This record gives sequence, C-alpha cells and structure tokens, in this order.
Amino acid sequence: MAEVKTSKKSCSVNPLKMSQPIGGALAFMGLRGAMPLLHGSQGCTSFGLVLFVRHFKEAIPMQTTAMSEVATVLGGFDNVEQAILNIHKKTKPEIIGICSTGVTETKGDDVEGYIKLVREKNPDVKDLPMVYVSTPDFKDAFQDGWEKTVARMVEVLVDTPAEGAATDQKRINVLPGCHLTPGDLDELRSIIEDFGLVPTFLPDIAGSLDGHIPDDFTPTTIGGVGVDEVAAMGQAAWTIAIGAQMRRAAQAMEKKTGIPFKLLERLCGLEANDKLMSFLSKISGRPVPKKYRRQRGQLVDAMLDGHFHIGGRRLAIGAEPDLLNDLGGFLHEMGAHMVAAVTTNHSPVLEHLPTEDVLIGDLEDLETMAKERGCDFLVTHSHGRQMAARLNIPFYRAGLPTFDRIGAGHQLSVGYRGTRDMIFTIANLLIADHEENHEPTPDTWREGAGHGHGAAASVSAH
Amino acid sequence: MSSLSATIQDVFNEPGCGKNADKSEAERKKGCTKQLQPGGAAGGCAFDGAKIALQPLTDVAHLVHGPIACEGNSWDNRGARSSGSQIWRTGFTTDINETDVVFGGEKRLFKSIREIIEKYDPPAIFVYQTCVPAMIGDDIDAVCKAAKEKFGKPVIPINAPGFVGSKNLGNKLAGEALLCHVIGTEEPEYTTPYDINIIGEYNLSGELWQIKPLLDELGIRILACISGDGKYKEVASAHRAKAAMMVCSKAMINVARKMEERYGIPFFEGSFYGIEDTSDALREISQLLVERGADPELLDRTEALIAREEARAWAAIAPFKPRFKGKKVLLITGGVKSWSVLAALQEAGLELTGTSVKKSTKEDKARIKELMGQDAHMIEDMTPREMYKMLKDAQADIMLSGGRSQFVALKASMPWLDINQERHHAYMGYVGMVKLLQEIDKALYNPVWQQVRKPAPWEAEGDTWQERAMAEAEAEEAILAADPQLAEQKRRETRVCICKSVDLGTIEDAILSRNLTTVDEVRELTNASGGCSDCTSRVEDILASLTQSAPALAVAAE
Ligand code: SF4
Repeated sequence: MAEVKTSKKSCSVNPLKMSQPIGGALAFMGLRGAMPLLHGSQGCTSFGLVLFVRHFKEAIPMQTTAMSEVATVLGGFDNVEQAILNIHKKTKPEIIGICSTGVTETKGDDVEGYIKLVREKNPDVKDLPMVYVSTPDFKDAFQDGWEKTVARMVEVLVDTPAEGAATDQKRINVLPGCHLTPGDLDELRSIIEDFGLVPTFLPDIAGSLDGHIPDDFTPTTIGGVGVDEVAAMGQAAWTIAIGAQMRRAAQAMEKKTGIPFKLLERLCGLEANDKLMSFLSKISGRPVPKKYRRQRGQLVDAMLDGHFHIGGRRLAIGAEPDLLNDLGGFLHEMGAHMVAAVTTNHSPVLEHLPTEDVLIGDLEDLETMAKERGCDFLVTHSHGRQMAARLNIPFYRAGLPTFDRIGAGHQLSVGYRGTRDMIFTIANLLIADHEENHEPTPDTWREGAGHGHGAAASVSAH
Repeated sequence: MSSLSATIQDVFNEPGCGKNADKSEAERKKGCTKQLQPGGAAGGCAFDGAKIALQPLTDVAHLVHGPIACEGNSWDNRGARSSGSQIWRTGFTTDINETDVVFGGEKRLFKSIREIIEKYDPPAIFVYQTCVPAMIGDDIDAVCKAAKEKFGKPVIPINAPGFVGSKNLGNKLAGEALLCHVIGTEEPEYTTPYDINIIGEYNLSGELWQIKPLLDELGIRILACISGDGKYKEVASAHRAKAAMMVCSKAMINVARKMEERYGIPFFEGSFYGIEDTSDALREISQLLVERGADPELLDRTEALIAREEARAWAAIAPFKPRFKGKKVLLITGGVKSWSVLAALQEAGLELTGTSVKKSTKEDKARIKELMGQDAHMIEDMTPREMYKMLKDAQADIMLSGGRSQFVALKASMPWLDINQERHHAYMGYVGMVKLLQEIDKALYNPVWQQVRKPAPWEAEGDTWQERAMAEAEAEEAILAADPQLAEQKRRETRVCICKSVDLGTIEDAILSRNLTTVDEVRELTNASGGCSDCTSRVEDILASLTQSAPALAVAAE
C-alpha cells in the first residue's frame, strides 16, 4: 500500500505534468480526418503542436480559435464560429474536436451552446460531427484530458444499437489509455486479430501517428478510426479498456450500448499478458495461438536473463498514473525497488503501487527523493535528462514527451514480445552504466556495501 | 494592464521598425498586432516570444506565472547553449490551480519567488506574465517590486501575456522589460575601448562560439550579449558598451535604438551568416569602435584576420563547388534569415529556386529580390499538396526550412535540412558556413534517397502516391485549361491577404471600380493588408499590374 502525498511547494520546478487540453487534442488525433481545435489563445496550440511534432516527428494537425485579449473579455462565440467555418472550408475535416483551455474557462465560455448556435446559423456545418470537451489548464493533467475526451467521444459519437439488434460476437472495442504508443496499439491489434477477433480502437493513434508514409497530403489526421466506425461500436460483443483512466469511457460505452467491459490496468509484464491471453481466449473460444505460447517462453527466458541486471536497482520513476503503474509495476516484478515515485494527479491505481509513498509533484521532487534515497536508475520522459546527468544514473525514457531520441512512437511495452524487448533495452542500458561507472578498481572495495545498485540494504519492504 | 497597453503602443511606434516605416499614421496606432484568423493560425504567443528572447540569459531563474500549459508543455525546448550556469534550463512555474483562479495568484507567485531564492539563489529572477493571471488581474509588477524589496534581489516582471499578440511582439516586450528594469542598473567592473554589445543573438546550438574566438583574437570584448550565453550582470551593465551590433533583424530593434538614444551607443544591423556578411560585420564593429576612440590599428588587424579567415573558408568551400554545380536549393524560412543565408548558399555555387518571406519586412524582400533576380517565388499559405507539387515543379534537389515543413519534404523523399531554431548544428561565421555546406552535401549525396524513392514491389509503375498526387494536380490543371471561366474563378479565389482572408478578385474589383492607386485605399475598401501587413508588397504588385502609372506606386508604399 502506497501513501499518496501532495507536494506542498508553491512553485513547481521542472514540471512532470503537461496540460489537459493537449491530452484531449491527442485523443482527437486518433480519429480519421480529424482537426483538433483548442479554444484559447494561439500560443496554447502552438506549444502543444511543437511538443507533439518533436515527440512523434510527424506533421500534426491542430488549430486554435486564436482568442485575443479583447475576445477573452467579450466571450469567444465569434472566434469559435469563425474557427469552425474556416476549418471546414479549408481542410474539410470529418470531425472537429474542440477542447477548452485556461483562458476560455476563466471567462466561462459556454462552448456547447456556441456549437449549437453555429450549427443553426450555418447550414454548411449543421451535420458536421463536432465533439466538445471542457479541459481547463488549471485543473488536472494530460492523462485526464485524454480520459475525458475519449469518454465524451463515446457519449457523442457511438450510436445506441436498435432494440434487439444482433451483436457481432467477433467484434470487440478497445479503449487504450494515453500511456500506450502507436507501436503498442499495433502490437495489441495483431494479438487480438490472431484470436480471430475484429478490434475497433478508440482512439486509434496507431493509424494516424505511426510514422507511415501517407497516401496523400491532407492537413487533417491521416488514418485513425472513422466517425462511422465509432458510431458502429455499439455492435461489438466486448469492450477492453486499457489503463484505469479508461474506466470512464468504458462505463460510458456500457451505459450507451449495454456492452460489458473488461478493464486491464496493465499490459506490460508476464502476468498482465497472461490475463490478456486468457481473456481473449475465453471470449473468442479459441486456444491461445502457438506463436504466443512461444513468445511467453521467450519472455520468461528474458526475465531470467534480465533480472541479474534489473534486480536490486533502486528506481526513481516519474510518470502519469497509468504509465507509472504499468512500467513501475513491471520493473518491481523484475526485482527493482520503486523507492522514489512521482506522478501528476490522483488516480485509483496509486494506492496499490509497490512502494511506500507516491508524490503528486514535479521532477525537482523526484530528483531530491532520488538523491536522498540513493536511486541508481531513472525512468521518466525526456525532461528527466538534466536530472539524470546531475545524478549520473542510467535513464530510460518513457512517456510523452520524448523529444531527444527517435522512435518514441514505436517504443513497445505491451505483449509478451514487447515486454521481452523492453527488458533487453533496459538491461543493456544498466549493463552499459555498470561498465562505464561501476567497474571495480583497486580502491573501490568498500563501495557497494552501502546503497548503490545491487545492494540489498535499506530496501523498503513490500 | 494600462501600462502594458502603453508599452505595446510604444513598441508599435518604434521608428526603427521596418514594418512600421511602411505604415500610415492611423495604421501605426493600430500597431503590428496581427488580427489572427481563428482556425487558420498557429504561431507562438507573445509570452513565447518573450521567453525566446530572454531565456538564453543563463544565470537567471525564469519563472512563469500561469497554469501548467504555458511552461509545462514547453520547458527546456530551446536550442540555446550556456558556457556556465544551467539554471536557465530549469522549468519554474507557479502552475496555478482553480483556487488561485478564483482568489488570485499573487500570493502563490510571491511564495514561489521566495522558494526559488532559498533553493537556487540566482542573481536575478524574471517573472513572466501569462493570459490567465492577466485576466484575473494578478499584478505581477507589484509582486515583483515587493519581492525585490523583501529579498534584495532583482525580480523583473516580463509583462507579455500570450494573448496580447504574436511572438514578434513578445520579443519586443521582452526588450522593453530589459530597458525598463535591467539595463543601466549595475556598473561593469572595468571598461575598455573595445567593449561591444550584441543584441538579438541567442547562441542557438552554440553558434555565438563560432564568432567569439575571432572577437577575442581582435581584443574585442562582448560586454553583453542579449541574450545568448548572457549573464544578468552583463546585461545590467550593458549601457557602458562603446558600440553595438544588432543581429536577427528587427526582433530587438527597440533595445538597440533606445540604447543609442539613452546612452549614445551607436549600433548597426548585421549578420554572421555567410562569409561576406561575417566579414562586413567584423569590419563594422571595428569601425564603430575606432570612431568611439579605439586605436585605429584595430582596423588593420581586423582586415588581416578577415583575409586569413576568408582564405581559409574559401579553400574549404572550393571542393564543394563542383559537387554543387547545377544543384537547386529551395529555401523556406520565415524572416530575415532568408537573405543572409541566401547569400551564403550562392557563395558555394548553389542555385536557389524560391524563398518564403513570411515575416520579412520590405527591405528584406528587396534584398531577396536583388539576390534572386526575377525568380523569387513567394511561398506562403500553401497546402501540403501544393507544396509537394512545387517541390517537384521547382525540381529542387534539397529543401532548407524550419521544423514544420520538414515532413512534407521528407515524405516526398526530398533531402531536407533544418535551418531554424531547433537545428542541431551551428551555422555562424566562417566555420559555420562551411559546416552548413558540409551538411547540405551530406544530405544531397546520401544514397538513402535512391532507396526510399523505390516503389514497393506491389506498386505498379506510375501508381505511387507521389505520382497520384501529381496526376491529381495535373488533372485539375487540365480542367482549368479547358475551362477558362473556371480558371478565372480559381485565379480570383487566390488569397492575397491571409490574415483577413481577402482574395485576388475582391482586390482587383475594388481597384478597377474605384480607380484605387494606393495600398491604403485598398485596405480601406477591402480590408486587405489590414492584418500583419505582410501582403502589402503583393497588393502593390496587383496595383502595378492594373494601373499603368507605375510612378504612383512609390508613393503607394508609404
Ligand atoms: S497563449 Fe497565453 S495561456 Fe496560451 S501558452 Fe501563451 S501565455 Fe500561456
């Protein structure tokens, strides 16, 4: 049982957290032909855009209602209307996804009302799908923005199946959390398909942000799940929600369509994937394919090879709740000790983390804890780079943003195979660190008896 | 806020601003604030601009007062480099929450300043205002003043909340903050007749360090660089410099001009991009210093150094010339770098096929035209497909541009090089120019292009998406060719003024029906060039094409 604490500081230093609206915008990017639109000032969109471009190394569709100082005082109806009409005219999107920001929430713009009025006034966009989510910057964090947006998409876009309509036993809905990469989604898709099932992902950032070469240049998203496909999700037999953040969307789906859901908090690690396999086998009525039986064996082997290096490492980890739970949980299963954990917001998963305390705070907090508690392994997003350099400890980048390495969109952690490869990457990083920094010399015989990697001393019990 | 709007007004009245020189009195009053088009814009905000201009000051703690969006989504993402302190890269933000929005965030801000001083003890703290606290009326000037008195340390308010305007405006507001609160507040330990300021240089990728050794060799001291690799104390005592160089176009013209006015420090506008520009800049620095009392032998030493470095650079460039022969470069970049880089590329024998002038002022455009002859395509407001077609039509061998358009180039399997903010290499001075050419060479001759251009085995000849895109574009053209009426309609639909969304037809009709002769009149009637005024030159061109009396145009520009 972990105790959840909140940082008492006035000033956040080296933020771990990113804002809600861009979490929402990323969710909208998992729809086909979508244009995410932030209702706020231009800068908010520009920063979000740059962040995503640097992470995915892709062109990113994202627009702004460009609220000026005057507009924020008068209210943003005109800006919302103009933005919708301009986007409609210029980019012909299949859907516009609108998120509010701090600027427009401070004034309290009634965007749902605006959209209604815009539809009435402009027959052109009367039937254009639009989804609005309230995501003030001064509340919650990135993951929450994603969570709210996906739930809202379900509420607005999924059709309630007609009375007595047949469900298609082969079809399942997958609601992935924002901690999964496009690569993860692809891996998961093939796993599900190998059971003869037909998954629909909402949102599907694998289709849109996986770095493929587009068939044509469109200014909206390329790939992703279509609005028509989302509407038809009510015909599926099951919903799989991945990450605790997706409970809200799964419940919305259940409420609207009656489809039962299975929530899988984690997809990284042996047990987590055993659960996935059993569930898929059960609902498909098929045995687990041979391929995965072999992969399971390989994962077990990798765990045995890897535990020499990962075991005993004192982990400092900073991540949004579901990623923290997934990666942190797995590293714990590999024998690492989660001695410093920082996250961005409350979540039901925090209490169950295999650590004594979790702090809702920033990377300065994580750095202080890591130093005090003698951590020798860091996992967080790219902003951990300064701290890793100062502490001189090995650093595995995970989460968004990863802007100083390539391939972030394809980094895998799900499935037997994904977990296996992640073990190799991490263990190799730790081996390299050992070679560079901890090779024995004639003078180091006493070191390592205190804390430091491999030392069992002062390990918190759990 | 009233003092902020006064500052903004003052910045717009800036006589040194090239854009303003083109404007009428009424227009100047309205200022450069780009009336942005909702759903059609995505540039950085004024806060972003202020941070870009000031964050390179390395020993200052930069504290952002606002919700997590402003700092959390963007911190530690600038390309500047520091030779000393790393505190500038630390992300400080008040991360205000709902309670602060309701009850005000001033207390949190004050406490935040205290925490930073207690933990990090920087020589100064810069406090950046953002939109939400500005809306709820947090008075950062007052908080900074109180904190300064309490802690006995400079706490400088940077009043440039995002929604007051563009990045560019933010640059200038940052400059105003320095003029108002920093410059002239401390004295240098000593002065020499060889002290200069460099204004508007951010030391991206450490490129200032490609110039500094040359200045060191000449015995010229950079008293203050605003702001690349700069320190608070240096900027605070910058008023004792003998001369100044302003780089990066107009971003900080207000600082250079007002320092001349207040402290009699003469400045010139120069560039360290390209061999000749670098030599010219070094000459001008020495010249100004000698005029201000430095020993005239400096001029001879400068010439000797220039001769040596140029010879070395030309020797390094010579091997590229045959490799670049006949190679075409497409350059897409905002602002001044257009012309300075252009000159540099031509020095190496590359041909240029077009350039964008999105942020440039009229002078810049003139310079581009001069450099490029009649060929200058003005690439603005293109859809990605149009851009792809242009890449093909231009038959460019490589595209040089800023971050965002790279994906179009790369996906079109077109060699590409980053020349904006986030680039990984430093391209300044003599060595930088050689480095740029090396990078172009590396990109041009990489065998990867042959690989990635190969169609997949299952793709039929002529059925790649590139070919389909081209076919579509050609089909559209064919339709237009067959249907002059439609073609005319299309032509008239071309947008001239992006900000106000005014098309060519509207402008032509206005000119013809009312016999308009000036840009001002066109603006009155159609709103064209009523936004950022970047399209002024295009409106002039339209006027020129419709009216016979060419001389009137010279007046029209005023
Ligand atoms: S526009 Fe305003 S709220 Fe948005 S990032 Fe800029 S300063 Fe922050």
